[in-house]
Amino acid sequence: MSRVSSTAVSPLPDPLLAGKKQRSVLLVFGCTILGAAAQILMKIGAGHLGHPAAPAGLLGIVTNLPLMVGYALYGLSTLLLVLALKDGELSLLYPVIALTYVWVTVLSKLIFHDAINPFRLLGITIIVVGVAIIGRASQA
Amino acid sequence: MTTPLSSMALVLAASFVGSFGAVFLKSGAARLHQSFWNIFNFHLAAGVAFFLGSSVFFVMGIRHGELSVLYPMVSLGYVWTLVWSRIFFKEAFTPQKFLGLALILIGVFFVGLGSK
Repeated sequence: MSRVSSTAVSPLPDPLLAGKKQRSVLLVFGCTILGAAAQILMKIGAGHLGHPAAPAGLLGIVTNLPLMVGYALYGLSTLLLVLALKDGELSLLYPVIALTYVWVTVLSKLIFHDAINPFRLLGITIIVVGVAIIGRASQA
Repeated sequence: MTTPLSSMALVLAASFVGSFGAVFLKSGAARLHQSFWNIFNFHLAAGVAFFLGSSVFFVMGIRHGELSVLYPMVSLGYVWTLVWSRIFFKEAFTPQKFLGLALILIGVFFVGLGSK
């Protein structure tokens, strides 16, 4: 009885709801990794477009394996994002979403040997903070 | 490798088109609360269509230049999205959102500066 009355005075966090939120964060985290992988594959595929050895036009796009797999991963990450946004808290999810910028930068350096300099790192950091602030602001 | 301005312009166009995708996903996702099978609703379909259209510009944009410069420019989509949220969903435009927007613009500026 006393537990019921104390709940009425100061509501305890609903464990079911907390689990849902946690799942949303994990889902969005998965989205950022899928999304970054999709960008890398799309970049590889885009580089093959218009290549003399590749078929022209639509056939060249459809038979472009990295581009198509990149698209599929991009679609999957978008679908997961919709499911996560259904239950998630934006202020928590936005900073996680912004991790995609970090993964893409790291993967671009590793795979394409992009020249990462302090300007770019500063820019990415400011963008991630900006996205996080928008997430916080959008919660209220 | 340098990143051509035309590539940046294409990615900017992609972020603009994609921001409409976000608007439709938002209105579509709200319907998911009623039933999971509402995943096949018009709003979500339109959202996906806008994202596909946006990706065409994006793929053309990333053909040349560095992905680590071009991908962060996708974040300009947040700028458009906040404007559409104000117009279509009557969401308040707070100082905090303005700060976030400003930071994204500054961040993209620095990434562009680092592309040289």
